[in-house]
Amino acid sequence: MSRISERFSTLRQRGEGALVVFVTAGDPNPELSEKLVLSIAEAGADIIEVGIPFSDPLADGPTIQSSTFRALQQGVTPASTLEMIARVRSQSEVPLVVMTYFNPVWQMGVARFAQQAAGAGVDGVIMTDMPPDEAGEWHPVARQHRLDTIFLIAPTSTPERMRLVAQMSSGFVYCVSRTGVTGAREHLPEEVPQMLQAMRQLTELPLCVGFGISRPEHVQAVCRIADGAVVGSAVVSLIAQEMEKGERAVLSAVHRFVKELKEATRAR
Amino acid sequence: MSGGLQTVPDARGHFGIFGGRFVPETLIPALDELEQEYRKAQQDPDFQRQFHYYLRHYVGRPTPVTFAERLSEYLGGARIYLKREDLCHTGAHKINNTLGQILLAKRMNKRRIIAETGAGQHGVATATVCARFGFECEVYMGEEDVHRQALNVFRMKLLGAKVIPVTSGTRTLKDATSEAIRDWVTNVRTTHYIIGSVVGPHPYPMIVRDFQSVIGQESRQQMLEMTGKLPDVVLACVGGGSNAMGIFYPFLEDPVRLIGVEAAGRGLHTGEHAATLVTGRPGVLHGAASYLLQDEHGQVKPTHSISAGLDYPGVGPEHSYLKETGRAEYVTATDEEALQALQVLARMEGIIAALETAHAVAHAIKIAPTMPKDSTILINLSGRGDKDVDIVSRALGGGL
Repeated sequence: MSRISERFSTLRQRGEGALVVFVTAGDPNPELSEKLVLSIAEAGADIIEVGIPFSDPLADGPTIQSSTFRALQQGVTPASTLEMIARVRSQSEVPLVVMTYFNPVWQMGVARFAQQAAGAGVDGVIMTDMPPDEAGEWHPVARQHRLDTIFLIAPTSTPERMRLVAQMSSGFVYCVSRTGVTGAREHLPEEVPQMLQAMRQLTELPLCVGFGISRPEHVQAVCRIADGAVVGSAVVSLIAQEMEKGERAVLSAVHRFVKELKEATRAR
Repeated sequence: MSGGLQTVPDARGHFGIFGGRFVPETLIPALDELEQEYRKAQQDPDFQRQFHYYLRHYVGRPTPVTFAERLSEYLGGARIYLKREDLCHTGAHKINNTLGQILLAKRMNKRRIIAETGAGQHGVATATVCARFGFECEVYMGEEDVHRQALNVFRMKLLGAKVIPVTSGTRTLKDATSEAIRDWVTNVRTTHYIIGSVVGPHPYPMIVRDFQSVIGQESRQQMLEMTGKLPDVVLACVGGGSNAMGIFYPFLEDPVRLIGVEAAGRGLHTGEHAATLVTGRPGVLHGAASYLLQDEHGQVKPTHSISAGLDYPGVGPEHSYLKETGRAEYVTATDEEALQALQVLARMEGIIAALETAHAVAHAIKIAPTMPKDSTILINLSGRGDKDVDIVSRALGGGL
């Protein structure tokens, strides 16, 4: 069983939802980024998504566009991200997922990327711009290296699309809460329960909801109907905001926030 | 046709290893819907009749082919013919596609239209058909292009469109396209995205090519009528590559050399250019696999061209396929060569071409003298240069 699946079965026994936290690798700088991942794990995140920055993040809103830009300015690459993950892995058993776009993976070579990711201790991979239809090369290679292949469904997905995503996914399914790009929002959209209900009938895999989940009360609401909640932009903007006050401020603010978010997964 | 070149893309939108749909899941159902609607429209005589009616009575088709007599004499080799897309309503070939797509949007009942634009020609062509058919229109345009193509920005506003300056990234066509895709992901249920070139996820490269192939169909017939034979060479500039694909496509099975001219900017050696097919390698940007200007880690490189319409790091997947199969050749012309060509054409033929188009003219100036006198070159004169006079006058060291 993969680290991701194990984590979900533990959480199920405990009656908790999963807190999935996204950060961009190398943001705000490579050294602090590594400390942040460890601190987020320590604060109770169940799964951490580490974003490999891509110059043209077309599924991302302004917050993650900015963190991507900051990371690229610092010279972050796919290879340096995997090296960071390997160092994190030597100190933590937290499930780690790489989230990126297809081009950086394709340029490294799909097989080489899978091998190096698995070697670094990555447990799963999400590529935002790779629907399962285009995963013909990726899917078998990922499976061979025991990487979970996490695909996304959206509110616009038809039953046929959901079935395809269910077939191709492992670890969990990423359920996009709304039509749109990543970014913190005030309210949860109303169509989420319907989407989850439809997907439940097609798969036993855990369902995690992301996009726009930015507060403990959102996490709590999501964990009532889903297996986990993904928080990205809210953490990334907190990092940017606290950065003026120095590294320790960033670490403690993020640690506190993740702890609060994790608490919310227990209050379902 | 017997050959395979006109049978791409395959059912999943691939041109060999190129093309496909590399977009967020949210958009896939909309792309499916668009493809289904397009295939129905292709079989629907009413749709075809409407499309051709407006091409004739609104766009002004067929556009003429002009024999460039003085230019041909001056160069002393091949006889040069110009397919006059500059005479289309709005001044460029772009409207062939926007007209087709607005008719599709009408069928799909999507009342809001978005578009990206570089030089502004596609933005103007989109704003135009939105005005004509009563659609809401928002156009994304890189902030740098908003400045360098101020005339077209004003035209779009006059036509009732909203122009949204894009300040992310390089502030040019690449980022305008990303922003348009982000809008589409958000508003996909009510909005149709009119992509302006043969780029993007399937079915766009196919749809835009098909709507633009009226250029090649007409000019193939016109060349046969005017010269009694097919041209030896067909030349077109390539940014995303819609005008080139439109003129190439009907010639694919013919013994005709097809040459696409990319922007070499300040020179290939300077790294400041937009020569995607000539210097790039396969990658994925804006929803399709195709040649791409990128660094070793797969990050997209900034580009430069004096012409905003060619200033783009990607290119249509079918061009990548034509390059790989060897069916088309791709070459470059610099900013300087394009500026020269623009002036030569203006003085010899009384035609002020767009800076994009001038890149194709520049290559004709290079090769025509090396060709026999009974050979012919057909250039797709894709747009007129009114929008560029300010840039040209500044580049030549004068004011307006």
